[in-house]
This record gives sequence, structure tokens and C-alpha cells, in this order.
Amino acid sequence: MQPSEVIPTHWRPFGRPSASLARWQVGNRKLAQAASLVVVSVVMIPVAYLIIGAVSAGQEGIDYLLRARTMRIAGNSAALMLAVTFFATVIALPFAWLTSRSDLPWRRMWLALGLAAMVIPSYLTAVTYGEALGPKGLLQQLLAPLGVERLPGIKGFFGAVMTITFVTFPYIALPVRAALLHCDRSLEEAGQSLGLNRMQIFRQIILPQLRPALLAGMLMTALYTLSDFGAVAVMHFNAFTRAIYLQTNAFRMDKASVLALVLIGMTLLLLYLQSRLRNGGRHYRIGSGSARNLEALPLGKWKLPGLLFCGAVVFMGVGLPLLVLFKWLAGHIITNPVQIPMTLLMRNTVGVSAVSALVVTLAAFPLALLAARGRTRFDHWLVELAYAGNVLPGIVIALALVFFASQHALSIYQTLPLLIIGYAIRYLPFSIGATESAFAQINPRFEEAARSLGMSPWQALLRITAPLARGGILAGLALVFLNVMKELPTTLILRPIGFRTFATRIWSSYDEAFLSSIAAPGFALIVVSAIALAIMLRHDDFAH
Amino acid sequence: MEFALQTENLTKVYPGDKLAVEDVSLRLRPGEFLTMLGPSGGGKTTTLRLLAGFERPTSGSIEVGAQIVADDERFTPPEHRRVGMVFQDYALFPHLDVKRNIAFGLRNGKRDRQAQVKRMLDLVDLADCADRMPHELSGGQQQRVALARALAPNPDILLLDEPFSNLDSHLRAQVRSQVRSILLETGTAAVFVTHDQQEALGLADEIAVIFEGRLLQVATPHIIYNRPVNSQVAHFIGDANFLWGEAHGWTASSPLGEIKLFHARTGRVQLMIRPEALQVSLAEEGMPGAVEWREFHGHFQRLGLRLQNGAEVIANAGVDRFLKRGDKVWVAAALPALAFDANGDAGLGEPRSADASIKSS
Repeated sequence: MQPSEVIPTHWRPFGRPSASLARWQVGNRKLAQAASLVVVSVVMIPVAYLIIGAVSAGQEGIDYLLRARTMRIAGNSAALMLAVTFFATVIALPFAWLTSRSDLPWRRMWLALGLAAMVIPSYLTAVTYGEALGPKGLLQQLLAPLGVERLPGIKGFFGAVMTITFVTFPYIALPVRAALLHCDRSLEEAGQSLGLNRMQIFRQIILPQLRPALLAGMLMTALYTLSDFGAVAVMHFNAFTRAIYLQTNAFRMDKASVLALVLIGMTLLLLYLQSRLRNGGRHYRIGSGSARNLEALPLGKWKLPGLLFCGAVVFMGVGLPLLVLFKWLAGHIITNPVQIPMTLLMRNTVGVSAVSALVVTLAAFPLALLAARGRTRFDHWLVELAYAGNVLPGIVIALALVFFASQHALSIYQTLPLLIIGYAIRYLPFSIGATESAFAQINPRFEEAARSLGMSPWQALLRITAPLARGGILAGLALVFLNVMKELPTTLILRPIGFRTFATRIWSSYDEAFLSSIAAPGFALIVVSAIALAIMLRHDDFAH
Repeated sequence: MEFALQTENLTKVYPGDKLAVEDVSLRLRPGEFLTMLGPSGGGKTTTLRLLAGFERPTSGSIEVGAQIVADDERFTPPEHRRVGMVFQDYALFPHLDVKRNIAFGLRNGKRDRQAQVKRMLDLVDLADCADRMPHELSGGQQQRVALARALAPNPDILLLDEPFSNLDSHLRAQVRSQVRSILLETGTAAVFVTHDQQEALGLADEIAVIFEGRLLQVATPHIIYNRPVNSQVAHFIGDANFLWGEAHGWTASSPLGEIKLFHARTGRVQLMIRPEALQVSLAEEGMPGAVEWREFHGHFQRLGLRLQNGAEVIANAGVDRFLKRGDKVWVAAALPALAFDANGDAGLGEPRSADASIKSS
């Protein structure tokens, strides 16, 4: 398993891995192109309306753009992104190394718990951190005997950085861990035989091999940070996503569009820088992974610090949020006997997520075919455009769709179809990536063999390609399901009036400061997410 | 049906003006076994893919079983061509067991289908493996399943793309002869692609030599070996000595002395003499020289010889006499030599004319 297969399969900034693996089968290509064109047209709606919105603001928009406040928001977002990427890397590198190459006890458990941090949405983590570490939070109560009356609290930059760091560090730890497991051991032995010490070997031999995985993970983290809404909203940190939300809620579409375009500009800049860095590092290739077992490095006296480190990371990522949820659950049962309609929430959440995942998977199918088999410039561009969701944060897509619907399609404004379209645009890249890599792993000769045995292109697709790609497609489906279920800003803005999901329920409980009713939907969300993650992992072999 | 397969001036140009196949005209009778031989990247596989229908020809026509399947107007997709294909990597469907793989191309009723699968399994001698999955089979067994799968729908022609290249060398010879006898049994015409000249010479009824997308010669292995149309083919097939000489009619003067020619030529020529056409003796016959090196091959020994006039030749000799480095010997051409002119042409006429000589032989 190459690190590129680990998470960022949906991930393809500027340019694709070299041309198609297979020559296109004469036949179903036109249909795939037509279907892709329809999908891409829908994907392009938000982009078009953002531009229309920003242009309609005219001079006022330019003034707004140049205002000190806007600049400050951009600075906030950039600072948040840099800080989170830095701290997540600092945590993820030792975590990845300890769980792959050392003799740390319970390595698999630490890894599994680290992964679990991915199923807790950022707004939930943020709310629980606020409760635990706030001025009168759990920590303060613990410290009260020492005479601590009040803590400074963690709202703002500090809280946002902390929350997103612990939510995103698995994005770096997982690919780096996979790369560590795939490091060519003989290179290290060569280093040893040339007289390098441990530190030199790590710096000069291992680190260069980790570079592609590390960069990919850091990029994922940075992009996530830019697009995250939940944590910055809860922590009242004025980053782009929060500012856009506030403007959208006030129906100032032009200003929201200007902010959104600046955010997209930042994202594109990041992608551009990353592609430059990546090309610079081309000559470092991960070895094809000789089958030899990597021996675990004995930690010796460092074993206890290692355990404490992993324990602390896992506690912050998973333990603390769950602890607070348990506390609320207990308090909820005692003080608030009125049952929240959990079955309704469950039906709404799972229903809309499942339908969205299916829609996205179907929409991704022709594009994944083009991505894996296409060879014209047209095919290439269709796929590139379909990846727009990677640079459009959920809040931006939602804003643009509200603008679009209020102008041209009032009949679908605040309906489920529009909500699902919003999810679909956002998460299409995930599904294309998973489906494409599943296609790419299928020997193109299989389809040719089927054709020469009398199958039409469609029969070959249905009887050979689809069954063989099933695992990858299913993994993509689960990934989309997982993310749609957690998605907050899109749901908040595009949902029909009165339509509640776990995510909106958690949000409104937080908004109304009725924190104990977060517990039930919070737990339910985590459990369902964990099931989806388990399905995904079974087909993707993340963790070996 | 006179021909199972016929192509006329088949040409394939890839975008960017990359010429892959140029003017390839082939004819194959039912039951015949044609081998396409040539260096890698020379257009053999593209030709095969054109025949199968995986690629559309830029110009030219293909006829399978007296039906035109591709020309300037028509293009029959692969599923309607009655052309079977055995892939280099076999491409057995990994999610289907052996019998389902074999049955994949069968459209008739369930009972007929089962009967045909059973016939095929018997034919390739794999009746015990019907329920196994492809990954549970050895390379040779996978190869035979691929063959059975391609043959099951009774195709007019069978295409084989380097089908033995993934097998170990000892297994290869065995599977090769099995495949040959299975094809003889079914009487299916086959086109077989290889870059291995031993395989081609041993297996084919006819060999088509393809270089850089062009068909250089189509003939029996015997003729390809003994009378290559030009020096390109001659260099590709078998070992030979190439010596410059001056031709005057039916003989030429050369470093080996006056030697006989296959046919009358004049002027400066390059002479091809196979190692086995040289006679090495201790009697004073031919030109004097000395043994430079020697390789023992069991039933013969190969000698590297340096003649007194400076020329170097290789020759095969019997194993009745043990020769060693430095031994003085005499070398003479025992058979007429083939002479290529300055353009490398053997002067045997167009590539096609070799075809005529098959029929007479």
C-alpha cells in the first residue's frame, strides 16, 4: 500500500497521475462523457453564482474586500491554518512512529483509538472542550481545591487551534504511518553500514521517504482547517467560514460571495504551493516494500514517556469528548426526563446521508470511468472540474446554492433535493477518488476478454468491472455517508424548515446553551459514524 | 470459406502521427497457425488488437470467416467478431471459478453450456479444477483455462498474445506443445504473437515477420530461416555469418574463397552463411584459420574461428573431434550462400513472392 492510497484518494491537486492505464473500450465512452457533463454542470452552479454574487457587489464589493476587517479575517484563517498544521504534525509524527516502528505496548489499540478521533465532528469536540476547559469547566472543578476560582477559558484562537489539531492529526498520522511501514529497510541498513547514527538515519534516510506522505497529510489538514466551520463557530473565532455564515444568515449574499472567493483563492494558492513542493520531491520514491518484517525498535527507558504521550493524544482526541458526553448524558437523564425524538433524528440523519451517498456514488461513476480510462483533453477537464468540491468548503457551496435557488429555482429552495445537491457537490471528489482507484486496479484486459467473448460494453461493465470494483465503490460510499452525516454548515443553511438531523440538533442545543441535550445525538452520531468507518476500513486496509 | 482471416493494407496511426502498423496484408486458411514475430514494440500486439476489434484501423480492411469486420465504412465491435483471444497475462476473471470463466462466452441453453464446459475442461485436461478459483491454479493451468475460455464459443480464429511469456522455461515447452495439439484437435486457425524466434520457428505453419509496423516477410519457418528476404530478417532469425564479398553471377569471392550463391547476383554483396553451412575440417579444404573459442552444446560444438586473412566466422561442428583454442583448421562453405545487396535486399522479389514459394513447396 502506497501512502497515496491511504486517505487522499479523493485528493488530486493540479494535474493527475500520468495518463490512462487502459485504452478506452470502444462503446460506452460517449455515454460516460454525456453523464459526466451533466454532473459537472451541476457542480459548476456554485462557482458560477459565487462569481455572479461577487460581481453584482461591484465597487461596494471591492471596498468590502479591502476593508481592514476582511483582511483581519484572512489573517485569522491563515494563522489558524498554519498553527493547526504545525501542531498536528508535531503530534502526528511521533504518534505514527510509536504505533508503527517501536515496541510500544498496545500499538494497535492506540492506533484504533487515534482513528476514532476522525468520527467525532469538530463542533462536538469544540463544545466538549468548551465544557471541560472553560472558565467554570471540569478542569476548574478539579483545580478548585487548589483555590482556582476561574480559568481564562479557551474561546478564540487557542480553542480553535486545539480543537482542530486533535480532530485532524489522524490525517497526517495515518499516511505517515503507512509510509513508515513501507520504508525500504535495506536503505536504513545501508546507512548503518556507512556509519550513520540513529538520528542521522532518521533525518537523512527515513524522513525523505516520508516526505510525500507527510506533505499529503499536511495538505489535507490545512485544507480541512480552512474549510472547517463547526470548531471556529463554537470557539467564536472569526475565520472565513464563520464570517461567511454570519453574512449568509443576514442574507448579504454579495459580501458573503466576496469572502468566499477570497477563501477559495487561499485554497487554490495552497494547492499550487503543494504541487510545487511535491514536484520538487519527485526523486524520493517509496521502495516497493520488500516483504521483510520491520523489527520493532526497543524504546527502553522511553517506554513510559511514549505511553504517556499516546495516552494524552488519545485522551484529548477521544477520551475527553466522550467523558463530557457521558457527564451530560447522566445529567440529562436526571434533570430532563422529556425524551428528544431520537428515532426521528436517526431516520432523518441516516436517511438523508444514505440517499446522498447513493446519489454521489452514481454521479461519480461516469466521472471515475473517465478518470481511469479517458484520454482526451475534454475527459481530463471534466474530471478536474468535478473535483471542485475539494476547494469549495461546505459553507461556500451552501451559500452559493441559496443564492442560486433564491434567484432562479425558488421551488427547490429549502427542500431536500437542494440539500442533497449541496452534499453531492461537496463530496463528489471522495467518491470519484475511491471509485477511480478501484477501477484503476482492475486489469483492463478483463473487459477486453469479456468483449471478445461476446459481451457488449455495458454487459462487460456490469458483469466484470462493477463486481470487481465493488469493494472500492462501497468504501467510497461509506466515506461519503460518514462525512454527510457529520456535515454541519451545509445542513444548517440548506435544510428544509423543521428538518432536523443529529448535527443540527447538536448545533441548536449548543446555540440555546442547553448542553445536556447534546449527549444523546452526539453519542448516536459517533456510533453510526464508527460503523461507517469500520465498513470503509474493511475495504481499504488502512491499518494493516 | 477459403480464408479464415484476411487483412488488406491494414494501417493504424495513433494520434500524434505515430505509425503503429502500416500496410499489413495477411491471409490465413482454416486450421492454419500463423506466428507474428518481431522485436518488442514493433506493432505485433497492435495488429492483434486490430484483429480482435479493440482498436479501430485507420485504413485497410479485415475479413474474418468471409465477413468484413472492419473497413473504411464498417466496424464490427469485438463481441460480434467470432474472434477468440488469449491474453499475455491470461486475464482470467478473478471473481469467477474455472467453469464460470469457461462458460462466460457461451450463449446457448444451460444444458448445452454445461456440456461444452465439460468438453473444454477435458480438452485442456483440467476436469478436476472446474470449481477452483483462478488464483488457486498454477501458471500452466491458468494458461490452459484461458485457452479453454477463448475456444469455448468456437471462434473462427484464435488470437494469442505472447501466451507463454509468463511461464517458466521448462513449463513453457510443455504448455506450448499442449496448446499446439489442442489447436490441431479443434482445427481452429490461430494467430500467435511472440518475440521469441525459437518459439516461432518451432510452432508455426507460417511466420509473419513484423518490424516497425511493417510486414517484412510471410513464409514457412523453413523459408524464413534459409531465405530471408532482406538482411533485417536475416539478422533477427537465427545466428549467421555476414561477410562482404563481390558477386559475379552464381558465385562470389569472399573471405571464405569462391562460394556458390543461391541465385545470380553481381556487384558488392553481403553474404549470409549459417554456422551449420560451414564445414570445418583438418583436411586442407577451403580457407585456413584457427579456433578462437569453443562452446559445447551436446550434439554439436560451436566454434569461433579466425581465418588467416583476418575474417572471423562462427561455425558448427560435430562432436566426433574435440577442438580447442589455437587448433589449426580449414573452413569451407558447404551450402550456397544468400547474397544481400547494398540495400540489404536478397533480391528474391517482393515480400509476398515468398508466399508463392510456400505453395510450391
